[in-house]
Order: sequence, then structure tokens, then C-alpha cells
Amino acid sequence: MMELLAGPLAYLVFFLVIALYYALITLGLNLQWGFTGLFNVGVAGFVLVGAYASAILTTPDDPGRIGGFGLPVPVGMVGAMLSAGLFALLVGIPALRLRHDYLAITTFGIAVTLQLVALNLQVLTGGPFGMNFVPRPLYDVLGGQNGWNLAYLLFVAALVLLVWWGLARLTTSPWGRVLRAIREDEAAAAAIGKHAFRFRLEAFVLGSMVMGLAGAVYAHFIGFIAPEDFLPILTFQVWAMLIVGGAGDHRGAIAGAVLVWAIWTGSGMLLDLFVPPEGKAQAAALQVAGIGVALCLVLLFRPTGLLGRRD
Amino acid sequence: MSLLKVDQLVAGYEPGLPIVRGASIRVAPGEIVAVLGPNGAGKSTLIKAIAGLVRVESGEVRFRGQDLRRLPAHRLVRAGLAFVPQTENVFANLTIQENLELAGFFLGRRRCQERVRAMFELFPDLARQRALAAGRLSGGQRQMLAVARALLVEPGMIMLDEPSAGLSPRLVAEVFAKLAEVRAEGTTILMVEQNVKAALALADRAYVLTEGRERLSGSAAELRSHGDLASLFLGGAGR
Amino acid sequence: MILQQLADGLVLGSIIALGAIGLTLTYAILRFANFAHGEFLTFGAYLALLALGQFQALSTTTFGPLSFGWPLLASLAVAILATGGLALLLDRLLFAKLGRAGVAIAVVMGSFGAALALRNLLFFAFGGEPQYYSRAIQIALPLLPRSVLGGVRVTPDQLAVLGITVLLVIAMHLFLSRATLGRAMRAVAHNPQLATVTGIDVAAVVRWTWIIGAGLAAVAGVFAGLTVQIRPTMGLDLLLPLFAAVILGGIGSPLGAVLGGLIVGVAESLAVPLVGAEYRAAVAFLLLILILLVRPTGLFGERG
Ligand SMILES: Nc1ncnc2c1ncn2[C@@H]1O[C@H](COP(=O)(O)OP(=O)(O)OP(=O)(O)O)[C@@H](O)[C@H]1O
Ligand SMILES: [Mg+2]
Repeated sequence: MMELLAGPLAYLVFFLVIALYYALITLGLNLQWGFTGLFNVGVAGFVLVGAYASAILTTPDDPGRIGGFGLPVPVGMVGAMLSAGLFALLVGIPALRLRHDYLAITTFGIAVTLQLVALNLQVLTGGPFGMNFVPRPLYDVLGGQNGWNLAYLLFVAALVLLVWWGLARLTTSPWGRVLRAIREDEAAAAAIGKHAFRFRLEAFVLGSMVMGLAGAVYAHFIGFIAPEDFLPILTFQVWAMLIVGGAGDHRGAIAGAVLVWAIWTGSGMLLDLFVPPEGKAQAAALQVAGIGVALCLVLLFRPTGLLGRRD
Repeated sequence: MSLLKVDQLVAGYEPGLPIVRGASIRVAPGEIVAVLGPNGAGKSTLIKAIAGLVRVESGEVRFRGQDLRRLPAHRLVRAGLAFVPQTENVFANLTIQENLELAGFFLGRRRCQERVRAMFELFPDLARQRALAAGRLSGGQRQMLAVARALLVEPGMIMLDEPSAGLSPRLVAEVFAKLAEVRAEGTTILMVEQNVKAALALADRAYVLTEGRERLSGSAAELRSHGDLASLFLGGAGR
Repeated sequence: MILQQLADGLVLGSIIALGAIGLTLTYAILRFANFAHGEFLTFGAYLALLALGQFQALSTTTFGPLSFGWPLLASLAVAILATGGLALLLDRLLFAKLGRAGVAIAVVMGSFGAALALRNLLFFAFGGEPQYYSRAIQIALPLLPRSVLGGVRVTPDQLAVLGITVLLVIAMHLFLSRATLGRAMRAVAHNPQLATVTGIDVAAVVRWTWIIGAGLAAVAGVFAGLTVQIRPTMGLDLLLPLFAAVILGGIGSPLGAVLGGLIVGVAESLAVPLVGAEYRAAVAFLLLILILLVRPTGLFGERG
């Protein structure tokens, strides 16, 4: 059993956990963009907040910085969602009353700012070195690395199902129908006037909380976080996943996340094979540029997504 | 020989969803022709289609014998056909003077200045406020500026979409008196109107448009005495 | 100290202002927030670097105390043209098509993808190491002695950046208020359909808007390279200050963008002793949130 879990299968488990972490973020973005038409360009910022909040709450006490409160992991996850929701309020309240691209600009701004804070507020975040010893609950009980990874995969999969189920219920409820009306028909949105703002804000905060939760999921899986885990490229990957999966479709969001992550890691492995080490950084840049071009192509030729229904 | 000739025009905003469904109209040189009809009949769409602002699916639009469908919309005014839209018909962020100067940009500097002066003579109200941003004008003054903007280029014909909309009866009389002056100088006018009474008082001929097609046409006098006019408006605005 | 920060802030503010003029114009006339505008700065800066390599073979003299001479000015011209061309190309291939699809946000997203692609292509082509137009160390000239509020020292290059920016801003103002094309641009920003009716070729105005906006971005990029350094992320780092300046000044108002740029530049510079240089960019964000809460139409804006 343990042998089987080593090698390629172990890699598959690892791959799937990360893919499902992306799926969680994509589900959050899908609520914002796919159902409400909110353009969040700062996805990485909300994931970062979640990861750091949970890490600060749950790591053991560290004399080098504030916090390390040693709280249980579930508390950390709730804290992650709450703090991501708080930052969503901070940008949502000024920006959501205005034209849609103001939200794009402010979310872009908050991601930049949070990245700066993570990098420089050493007393809270550990600065460029990040935070180590983020607890991995029941690590020893579940048989160390491979067994634990598998258990964590089951946990994350359950979490994704739960979030999916919750969001599906929400978006088919009357609340969800209002969201769609707001997105699709500016006139209808204007007719409900001030309430449109409230619905938008609720969807935005809720989506960001899911992203925060995903951040915590990542932190407790890897056990170590650093600012460079949450660069703008993360935002971009998640957008690519949502667009490929087809915005407005929960299943598509999850499938898009797994597919794009497979392509991403696959092309990364190919680069590793064929590019000499000194050219790595530049080859990686070319990979990102390629994804940028691919996103534009999808926007141009399959605006409803690669996997999504054509309607 | 007609100046403007519209034949079996089909036009709309989305493919397969025509708003104008086979309308035909003629305007002879020197005439004032009114297009009447209830709200949503497609009057604005018809006039915008003639002006090249709405997709034409089929039919023919000729001005002085020239096929307008082959002309980019921004070349129309140079071909002698000016258009005053129903709403938002002045540049609110430009001053009165800038609005007029911009309208004549293709005339050349000297000619343009001459024409701006001529418009200020025709509309002394505007001359007094030439440095004011057009967004600060009253509804009636705005309409005057929009008409002046169109007349500045000495078009062979101007098309007006509801020049009386939102104006008090006194201002309607003022605007229409100006239009009569304009025609007296030889400019042909095609106007869309909901104010049936005022329009038929000014126009020589009129068409009644419902559901994207002309249902009735004739001289203004004939239409004034036509019993069915009100019923064609289906309880619409037969004011 | 305070005067020195003010002076540094004005230099940074000039760069932001030049970039923001282009961003506000394209925002108003094309009606979308162009996230690739930062990359126009970067592209301009690198293109000038490439061209400089060629022109320096012809002449290496510099203007008096400045670190540059004719070769850099010629390179600047090349950068302006090439960046304008790049913007036109992007419009042709991407923005115009996405705009026609009718989903306003698709264009914003497209610009986001284009920015990422451009930035990484530049990294691929030039590497991540900072580069410079000149290796010469400039001596800062004392403008005011230390006894006056800590004094002010500026390099000749910084003065040149300030001077050229002032000239460009005046030129832009005259252009927009007097020239037919400038007025046509304002007209299209207000109402494209009415502009068409007036005889303005809107497509041509859009093309000129791209050329002018991207050209000014190239100038800003070269100035940033001249006074700081050239890096693949220089445009990305300036994007938030650029947007803050545009919104602060009111979307569509070039003079507002200039004032907004100077305010953001000076605020960032003044904040350094308070919060440390690391948090510079956060200052732009706070200003942005503040203006959205207090006066979302900006200082000179007409519409929200
Ligand atoms: N920009 C547009 N896009 C899609 N449909 C439109 C647009 N403008 C008008 N319509 C539709 O076209 C139809 C006719 O509108 P139009 O403006 O031509 O009517 P009208 O006769 O001018 O009415 P009114 O007297 O109210 O001005 C209406 O059903 C309207 O909903
Ligand atoms: Mg109408």
C-alpha cells in the first residue's frame, strides 16, 4: 500500500490537491464573474490573505513575530474566510457602486498592496522568508507524507464538493436569480437600484471568502507559505481556468481548474526536460506569455469557454 | 425628381430582428416632409438607418442619386445630408463656439469661420453665450445649437428627429419658425415628429409610420382632415 | 528634507503624469481600462535602449551636464513610433474585435492577457537584470542650500525630465483645446455617434488616440529608465499609480491626469520617511480608495 503511494501515484495525489486548491479559487471567482459579472483582478490578494490569516492563527508561538497563536486549524480556516471577506468589503464598498472597471482597478490595487505587506511587514508575515511550520493536522497519525497527502486530498475533495453544493444551491435560489438579472440586464439592475449594490457586494464578499478558504487549504497542505506563492500570475491562472471552463457553470469551473493546471504542470515538465538550467527563467517567461496569448485567443474565438455550453 | 429616395428599407439593431420593415419614402427638393407615428413605431430607427447609423439589411437609400449605403456614415454630411439626432445632439463638454467650429472642420478655416458667424447671426441667442459649455444650455437652446450645427455646413437637406421633444409650446413655435426660415432659404427638411399638429402645420407632406412601415401618406392638408389618423396611433400619442 | 522629497516626488509625478494622460485618453475614448498600458511604458523603454545601441555608434556626445545627447532623443522618437505601432496592432488584433463583441469587460480581460504576454516576452528578450541608458554617474546639483529646509539637490537629468514634461503637457493642452483632431477626440469621448454625424471619422480618431496615448507612455517609460532603471516589471509597478492618477484627476481629463500624477508622485515621495520606501505603491492604493469614497468622479471628472 505504502509503496504504491510513492512514485507516480504520490505525484498524482499531490497534483490533484493543488488542482483542487485552484478549483476552490475558481469557484469563488465564478460566483463573482460568472454569476454576477464582477471583474476581480486581485484574486491572488484574497488567497494571500486567507493563507496568511490561517497561518498566523494556527502556527506555534514565534518570538520573531506577532502571533503564532497555536489555535486549531478549523479556527484558522474560519479566520481565513473572515479576513478575506473583510478585505473584500474594503474594496467592494467604494468600488461596487461605480462602473464595473473601477472594481478591476481597485482589486488590482489591493493585490499589489497585500503583496507588499506580506513582503515587508516582517513582524506579522515573516517577510520575504515567509512562514514556516504551518500545522498539517494529524500528520503523524496518518502515516507521514504519502498517507497524509492522500487523506488531505480526500479532505479537499470533500471541501470542493461542499462549496460546489452550497454555491449551486445559492445560485439557483431567488438570490442567485437576482444576481443573474443584474449581470445580464443593466436596466433590470437599475430598476432595483440601490439593492443591486447590496447583491453585488454580497456576491463579491462571498466569492472572496471562498478564495480565502482556498488560501488556508494551501497553507496547511504545504506547511510553508511565502509572498511569491501569491503573485499576479496566480490571478491570471485562475482567470484562465474559469474562462476555459466556461464562466457561470460550477462544474466547468472545477474542470477548467484541473485541465489548466494539468496543462500548466505538463508544459512546465517539458520545459524542465528540454531547457538547460540557465535558461529556465526565460523559458518560464515564454510559458507565461504563451498562456497570455492563449487566453486572448479563447476570448476572441470561444468567448463562452472551451468546456462551457455554447448558448 | 426626388432628392431623397428610400425604397423598401429593412433595418434594425440585431440581425434577423428588423425594426424598419420595408419603408418607402420620397422627399423632393425644397419640401418639408414629416414622418409621424406612435412611440416605438421605428421612426428614429428609420432616420438613423438613412443616416448610416443603423445596420440596413435590404432596400435602397439614395440621396441626389447617390447610393448612401455605400457611403461611410461620417461622409454623409459632406455629401450634403445633415442629421440632428433626437437626444444627445450637442457635445456637452465643448463650448457653443467649439461645437460649431467642429461641425465645419472640413470646410477649411476661412469658410468655417464665415459660416460660424452666419449661424451666430441666425441664432443671436447662441452668439451671446458662445463661450459657454453646451451642457449648460437649456433644452430649447440646445435644440437651436443642434440645428445650427447641422445648418452650418449648408446641407442640401437636413433630417431632424423630434425637434419639438421636451420643449414648451412657446419654444416649439420658436424652433419651427426657424425651420420655416431655413426652408425659405432653400434647405429641404425631413423631420420625425410626435407633435402631429405642429408638424402638419409646418410640413408640406407627411408619412404615418406604424410597425416599421408607412401606412398612410399625403399632403399635410389631406392628413389634417383624415379621420383615421388618431386610430392609426392606436391610442398612442395623437396629441 | 521635505523640499528634497517634494522635488523627488515631482520627478516621479512627471513620469506618472505622462503615462496617465495616455491612459485617461484611451479610457475615455475607447471606454475601457487598459491594463496593458503599463507595458507600453516598458516596451518604450526597452525599444529606446535597443535603438540607442545603434545611434550611439554615430555619436556619443552628450548635452552639457546631461547624461544623454542626440542618440537618446533619436531613440526616444523611435520608441514613440514603435509603441504607437504596437498599440495599433493590439487594437487591430484584439481590442477592436473584443469591443465589437459587446461585452465591455472582455476588452479589459484581453488587455490583462496582453499585458502578461508582453511583459513576459520582454523578460524573455531582455532578461530580468536592470539596465541603464548610461553608466555615467550624475552629480546632483544643489538647487537650494542645506540651510533652507534641508536643501534640494537634483540631477541634470531630473531637471530635463521635469522640463520636457512641462512642455509636453502644454503642447497636449493646446492640442486638445485648439487643434481639430484634439477637439474631435473630445467629441468622440463624449458621444461617438454624434461625432460620426458631425462628419468625424471615429475609427481614425481612435487610431490617433492609440498613437498619442502609447507615444506618451513611451516617453514616460524612457524617463523612468533615465531616472531610475529599465526592468521588465517597471510598467507593472507603475500601473497602480497610473490608474490612481487617472481616477484622481477624473477619467477623460488630461489636465486632471497630470495633476493626479503629480499628487500621487509627491504623496508617494512624502510617505517614504513615514512608512518606508517599501510601501510606496500602497500610497497610490490608499489615495485611490480615498478618492472613490469621497469623490468618485475625480477632481475634474464629468461622469462617474
Ligand atoms: N439601440 C437600440 N437597440 C436595440 N433596439 C432598439 C434600439 N433603439 C430602439 N430600439 C427598438 O426599436 C424599436 C423602435 O424604436 P425607435 O426609437 O425607432 O422608435 P420611435 O418611433 O422613434 O419611438 P419614439 O417616438 O419613442 O422616439 C423599439 O421597439 C425599441 O425598443
Ligand atoms: Mg424616436
